[in-house]
Amino acid sequence: MARLVSHIAWIALAILGAFALGTLALHRGESVNALWIIVAAAAIYLVAYRYYSLFIANKVMQLDPLRATPAVINNDGLDFVPTNKHVLFGHHFAAIAGAGPLVGPVLAAQMGYLPGTLWLIAGVVLAGAVQDFMVLFISTRRNARSLGDMVREEMGRIPGTIALFGCFLIMIIILAVLALIVVKALAHSPWGMFTVIATIPIAMFMGVYMRYIRPGRIGEISLIGIVLLLASIWVGGLVAADPEWSVLFTFTGVQITWMLIGYGFVAAVLPVWLILAPRDYLSTFLKIGTIAGLAIGILILSPELKMPAVTQFIDGTGPVWKGALFPFLFITIACGAVSGFHALISSGTTPKLLANEGHARYIGYGGMLMESMVAIMAMVAAAVIEPGVYFAMNSPPALVGNTTESVATAVSSWGFVITPEALDAVAKDIGESTILARAGGAPTLAVGIAYIMHHMLPGENTMAFWYHFAILFEALFILTAVDAGTRAGRFMLQDLLGSFVPALRRTESWGANVVGTAGCVALWGYLLYQGVVDPLGGINTLWPLFGISNQMLAGIALMLCTVVLIKMKRQQYIWVTLLPAIWLLICTTTASLIKLFDSNPAVGFLALADKYQTALNAGQILAPAKDLNQMQHIVMNAYTNAGLSVLFLVVVFSVLFYAIKVGRAAWVNPVRTDRETPFQPLLANANLATQP
Amino acid sequence: MFNDLSRMGKYLGQAARMLVGMPDYDTYVEHMQNTHPDQPVMSYEDFFRERQEARYGGGKGRPVRCC
Repeated sequence: MARLVSHIAWIALAILGAFALGTLALHRGESVNALWIIVAAAAIYLVAYRYYSLFIANKVMQLDPLRATPAVINNDGLDFVPTNKHVLFGHHFAAIAGAGPLVGPVLAAQMGYLPGTLWLIAGVVLAGAVQDFMVLFISTRRNARSLGDMVREEMGRIPGTIALFGCFLIMIIILAVLALIVVKALAHSPWGMFTVIATIPIAMFMGVYMRYIRPGRIGEISLIGIVLLLASIWVGGLVAADPEWSVLFTFTGVQITWMLIGYGFVAAVLPVWLILAPRDYLSTFLKIGTIAGLAIGILILSPELKMPAVTQFIDGTGPVWKGALFPFLFITIACGAVSGFHALISSGTTPKLLANEGHARYIGYGGMLMESMVAIMAMVAAAVIEPGVYFAMNSPPALVGNTTESVATAVSSWGFVITPEALDAVAKDIGESTILARAGGAPTLAVGIAYIMHHMLPGENTMAFWYHFAILFEALFILTAVDAGTRAGRFMLQDLLGSFVPALRRTESWGANVVGTAGCVALWGYLLYQGVVDPLGGINTLWPLFGISNQMLAGIALMLCTVVLIKMKRQQYIWVTLLPAIWLLICTTTASLIKLFDSNPAVGFLALADKYQTALNAGQILAPAKDLNQMQHIVMNAYTNAGLSVLFLVVVFSVLFYAIKVGRAAWVNPVRTDRETPFQPLLANANLATQP
Repeated sequence: MFNDLSRMGKYLGQAARMLVGMPDYDTYVEHMQNTHPDQPVMSYEDFFRERQEARYGGGKGRPVRCC
């Protein structure tokens, strides 16, 4: 009887979710409250967690709470530590949530809030959370091995190496695109630039304090650091208002690019305790705090969504990025719905801390649902600002011009009525000289966060403070990613190159390290520089490449999961991972092929290169290029991006080939052939692990 | 009541440190005493430095932060 009542309550919740979605979808022409999005997502996530993830845990994986996990077997108090499941949930969430789930939905909002929201909800429930959960499970059953190792073990050495190479490529693109977001947000913004530069001495002070003054006191120094950061935002406002000082901190995109490249190189060879670790502490605590603040803000304020549910740009003509709803919406949203990068966290890192297999569902599936909720909030933040402002910030100057008048005219002609005065007023509110050409998602999100915080908390004229707070918060964890990513990339590169020149593999040698670091920085720096000087805007081309590579990695992870399920002789359940894998492969290969071969130069890389090369040969200059140099940039960029797309296709098809080969052999084999570590019972004295 | 509060405080502190990848020192000490009573136990300062280097120092199998 109690069971029945409980099921009825869950059914009621499901109906509430469906009703909220219906409200979102069917209200046209009048504005809808943002709470409907939150209610729809929360209700559906809870129901999916209660039923679908339970089905996966009990039937597909057959989780065994009596089986000892790697954390218990190898417990060393350091790397392998059985951890309380709520504490581990926080750790896992902090590791998977980054800039991706915040930026993707903001860019996707050009099609209206509805398509993006629907994919976030459906994608996470059926693909993203399944991937994280499944990878966590198979890695836990393989002594916390990394994704690359598991591909090698279960599918063979060649696909393992190809997958590693794919990971390296993805990392380079992520670093370039993240750095590009920072450049776009800080160009010609003395306030933002000052606060971001100020984080370096603040982090160094924290680092020295934690190492020599009061070693290991993370809590107190993080509090001091956050107070200093907030003070630097306030000082930044004074700097920006002062005519002499503001000039000192005003830089063009190209100047900031060179600074970032130099910074990336220097930071990657400095000791980790000096800048990287303290700044990561700041960025992690700020990230959790800001996400919580945003959630509370949206709930209290319950703002109206100003963006239409669906805009005319679903046909692929949007200004922020080109391409039709299928497949490009699924590429653009990336991390909030399904993210291949999580497979790297769910294998290797989190399994070493998992106290009990039974916790995997809460950490893996639940953690990803939480990340998707963050993406939903980013979508809300993008949809509560005026659509005219949204499009003015995100449209490339090549399309809408450089002056508020021309931008306002262009954006208004699309049906998002806005006046030049209104654009100037927004720029003034947030303490910037202009809001035009601020593509990349971060500034738009910052305006949304500033809007919500400003209305929720007391204080006059706080928009500018909150805007720069949000920019700083994003820049902080992007810089941390650039720093940590360059280090990790260096090791990957040394490992890859070491196959040919063994001397390069010696990570303790200074020469080899400098070569590895320089190589890694040069690769992402090149892509970043090309993106910044590209008159077409850079984000436009780099973000889809990032999305494609990230979804492709997810495809690889899901193919691995499918192969493992076949090898475990659980064939009847392979649809759980096979269907999302097929969907991701269809999306990513279609998107890559369109990006390569579409005859429209705005979409296809080769067509774009061809168009500009032809003009270049004839000595013509095509807008938006202003001289022959820029013409060459565009051609070069297009060929680079085409080359990367080809590489991704090669990577994904070779892994697919091996997945089919190994999967077929295992299918006809009547016995289990997977490489699971043998069962060891959980001992009763492992008290933490036996907690429910 | 106060016991509960202090337990809760310890728990929250542990959770916050774990957010930045710093495992619980007391757990480490307990583990060393229970399973390796013959081996030396790092001081908190050494433990902190060792963990920081392990988390950020890079190398094979080290966590990569997400996008």
